[in-house]
Amino acid sequence: MDMAAQPILAVDGLRKSFRGLTALESVSLEVRRGEILGLMGPNGAGKSVFINVITGLYPSDGGAIRYCGRDVTALPSYVLARLGIARTYQNIRLLRRMTVLENVLVAIKDHASQPFRSLFVRNRSGGVAAAMALLEQFHLADKADRLAGTLAYGEARRLEIARALAGKPSLLFLDEPAAGMNERETEELAATIRTSHRLVEAIVIVEHDVAMMRGLSDRLVVMDSGRKIAEGNPADVLTQPNVVEAYLGTDGADD
Amino acid sequence: MMQDYVVFVGINIVLAWSVYVILLAGSLSFANGGFMAIGAYVSGVLTVKFGVPLVLAALAAGVAAGAIGVLVGFPALRTRGIYLMLVTVGVTVSVKAVIESIDYVGGIQGFGGMVGTTQWHVVALVAMVGCGLWALSKSPLQRILDAVREDELSAASLGINPVHVKLVCFGAGAFLAAVAGSFYAHYLIHVAPDQFGIVLSVFIVLYAVLGGTNNLWGPPIGAAIMTLIPEFVRGLESWRPTAFGIIILGLLLIRPDGLLAFRSITARARGIFVTKRA
Ligand SMILES: Nc1ncnc2c1ncn2[C@@H]1O[C@H](COP(=O)(O)OP(=O)(O)O)[C@@H](O)[C@H]1O
Ligand SMILES: [Mg+2]
Repeated sequence: MDMAAQPILAVDGLRKSFRGLTALESVSLEVRRGEILGLMGPNGAGKSVFINVITGLYPSDGGAIRYCGRDVTALPSYVLARLGIARTYQNIRLLRRMTVLENVLVAIKDHASQPFRSLFVRNRSGGVAAAMALLEQFHLADKADRLAGTLAYGEARRLEIARALAGKPSLLFLDEPAAGMNERETEELAATIRTSHRLVEAIVIVEHDVAMMRGLSDRLVVMDSGRKIAEGNPADVLTQPNVVEAYLGTDGADD
Repeated sequence: MMQDYVVFVGINIVLAWSVYVILLAGSLSFANGGFMAIGAYVSGVLTVKFGVPLVLAALAAGVAAGAIGVLVGFPALRTRGIYLMLVTVGVTVSVKAVIESIDYVGGIQGFGGMVGTTQWHVVALVAMVGCGLWALSKSPLQRILDAVREDELSAASLGINPVHVKLVCFGAGAFLAAVAGSFYAHYLIHVAPDQFGIVLSVFIVLYAVLGGTNNLWGPPIGAAIMTLIPEFVRGLESWRPTAFGIIILGLLLIRPDGLLAFRSITARARGIFVTKRA
């Protein structure tokens, strides 16, 4: 198999439960190099748990995760981050008492992976130029000195993405990046995500906004109750009866 | 005597910094009195029984305490908050008990014969540690430590290994406390296990916390004030502990974040920003 054909991420039979509650029931999927993969599904489907297990936040209960052909199933989150798997959180998780610029600087790869080296090796710029360039791209440069905790919602979401990119990742997970944004903000965000796509090999994005997902995703995976129920090109998947039913089902009477 | 003030204030400043270094990564250590004892005894044995020069002995004692700190810290730093604190209390208590049981260093009676600390040793030590911490505060490492202190999980998903960072800080704090303990012992000539009880560890933490722990100048201010206050209220004799306690309470009420808690993070970042523009 040649390199280009090898998926950047291959998940096989991933399982996770919390005290009897099954959050992931044998989920298998691949993320291909160069693609934006959309991950959809009703609330509680297990999308966030999926990301949390892949990024080492929770240990899995079974299954295998291969990243760039390498088994990374039991690795801790900081190792996965160093290998190039970055993420944002559904509930924004910024360093609120640090400034916008500092939030990005912390994630600069050489510093995060070799924190004590910076004491002895003089690197005057300290990555400030690179960090400012990222902030520029996410329209946050004028807020560089503000405390992250004082940012508006949409700005905080953008900063989290900028910070995730500071570590030069290959694979980026975005967990509901447009949540709480208005239509205009959502459109801007979609544009930013497309730009970000040039900086990484693949993006996995969880989002409820159907229009946004249709526009952004190369492929779509739909989950329900901890299982993958559909996969394919967005237009086909979104009209599949079981997908429509899964979404309607959450508002209806049955579970 | 002037020399006494310089030496005791200086040593307490280094001790306060030894707690500060550990706090930088977000852990509170009541083990530093114990590390200080290790420093005092290891360096004492080296100089008195083996004729090793003082400065060399102090460094060796620092390395020994740092190594013990890392060994103890490795399992302990995986736990959080109150558990880690209890482990550090345990370190101080056990170090004292172990020393008491070793006849080679005089058991409960203590160990003597250490000489050689001058005020210049202490001044040089304070200057060197101060410069080191100042360099740290200007390096990218400061931000990594800030991140670990604020949110370990978030730091970990950015590629920072929080346990590694905390462990190195713990070892560095142990090193500093032991070096301070070495010079302390070689000034006092004779030390006994009783001097290194848990109260000492609590006091060292108080030095740092009272001065303020969000910048490197707070701990020395706290250490200096707390070392000198008992001298100023000496006239009151029987009221001394009470007056001392009231002053501490007053300080905590007036400035709950410590005397020198003024560093605004924004100003700090602006510093970086301006440097880049310049
Ligand atoms: N840390 C946790 N502890 C217990 N249950 C959890 C935890 N995280 C998620 N769950 C449960 O797992 C299921 C899937 O949640 P999640 O992945 O957050 O859904 P979503 O698809 O909306 O992101 C839900 O039933 C949720 O309650
Ligand atoms: Mg979710």
